[in-house]
Amino acid sequence: MSENSSSATKKISTYLTMIVLIVLALSMVALISSVNLMVEGNEIAAGYLLIIGLIAMALSLYVMIQSRRRIAEMKIEAPKVMTTIECRKCGFKSLREFQRGDFVFKELEPCQKCNEKMMITAIYKEVREREKTFAF
Amino acid sequence: MLAVLPALTGQLGGAGDSISQILSILFYVIFIVFLFYGQRIQMYVMIREVEGSLYKLKYIKDEGRRIAIETIKELGKPQTDPSARVDRYLDYFTITPQSMDPAGIVYKLDHILDVRDTRLKDEVKLMAPASDEVQINNLENTLEAAMALNYIYKVVRHYYIQGKKTLSLYIIMQLQMILPLVMKEAEAYASALKAFAYGQPIGDGVGPLVAAKLMHGYETRKVPKDCVVAEVPLEGRTALVMKAEGPGGNVGKPGDAIKAVIDENKGKIAAVIMIDAGLKLEGEMVGEVAEGVGAAIGGPGVDQFKIEEALVDYHIPIYAVIVKEDIGDAVSPMRKEISDSVDRVIERVKSVILERTKEGDKVIIFGVGNTIGIGQ
Ligand SMILES: [Zn+2]
Repeated sequence: MSENSSSATKKISTYLTMIVLIVLALSMVALISSVNLMVEGNEIAAGYLLIIGLIAMALSLYVMIQSRRRIAEMKIEAPKVMTTIECRKCGFKSLREFQRGDFVFKELEPCQKCNEKMMITAIYKEVREREKTFAF
Repeated sequence: MLAVLPALTGQLGGAGDSISQILSILFYVIFIVFLFYGQRIQMYVMIREVEGSLYKLKYIKDEGRRIAIETIKELGKPQTDPSARVDRYLDYFTITPQSMDPAGIVYKLDHILDVRDTRLKDEVKLMAPASDEVQINNLENTLEAAMALNYIYKVVRHYYIQGKKTLSLYIIMQLQMILPLVMKEAEAYASALKAFAYGQPIGDGVGPLVAAKLMHGYETRKVPKDCVVAEVPLEGRTALVMKAEGPGGNVGKPGDAIKAVIDENKGKIAAVIMIDAGLKLEGEMVGEVAEGVGAAIGGPGVDQFKIEEALVDYHIPIYAVIVKEDIGDAVSPMRKEISDSVDRVIERVKSVILERTKEGDKVIIFGVGNTIGIGQ
């Protein structure tokens, strides 16, 4: 079932790229003939063809870039998760990347300074704030 | 632009005669096409939009399945390839009890959920024979997130195909309208899946984290079901601090646990304080602490019902302290703001205890949520 629909969506997307390519080719033709007309001296017609060619080219490029960007967006972002390790006795603190098996209040190897066992006190991810801020 | 072209050609005439004629005909054709097929064009635009999201959903759910299978292989060391079993698991469904005559439905639902839980856990044990109890809990959570992603994908695909088959603007439009929210949920599940697979604490775990911080260093004992309790002296009162048993992915059954502890103390409890993650509205800050009354607990409602019932029997007041976060934060690895809010929550809990109870009283403090990655 899932294979079925994926082939259907693939067909649609190849169809779309075909249309985009055709439009791109047509816009090229329009631009070239506009240059030809310009050389012949028919400036108004050349201008029209230039406008049409540019618009068509811009549109097809826009659609192409859009679908490119959609593919690029398709990544599940994985933020770095950090583990804070603390010594309860002397307050020695260290930060490292999360490792499988870590959990809050897990006891680890003894502290480097005193011989008290160290403990994980926090596990968190830091989010770079890129949300828009609003006036309210 | 198109409207300007024929006007221009009209004015300039003469020079590019044939071209101006072609352009004005083109203009009329475009005008007529838009007049009669405007709605259809709009629909195709919408279909394309839905299609893009569907691509992304498919990618997310395949990625989820892949991570789940990889984690099972890594932790469970199965003899055979678990893929087929995982695929079967992803299609697992649960039928909720009939609600025409709703009396007693809570216990029926509770029973069904128990059956489901046992069944799924057994399935995970078969898939990953080498994993320990903590890993089994984490794998179960991972698979449940993959299950949710699979379901979202299937439903969206259903309406998409139905919309294309019927070419009904209204089916497509409904789908397109809710799509941003659906995508947000799917992304939340995707990040939850990764957190579960690695055993990282999630935002929803702020309740258990507060409870763990209060009970750390004191003796704990188990209470039904999958919860732990510790007697902690706090501001001259005795606090019975409770949470689900960690560090495996687990929410326990707070309803049964609170009822058991109240019964053990024969109802002599001065207050119940629940700590949970609460859904924030847009514009509120992540990690804000708020306070109120009532049973702060999500899920299907079974536990809330049981807690409320147990409290009514003994007329015990119930207070709630919540930490604000949005749905994405709640199921993805815990944000620093949330982790940092723990001390503020403890201050709030202490002030509630000081204001609302007398010295020597017993209070229950329950940290509600998934305790994945949080010990005690
Ligand atoms: Zn030390």
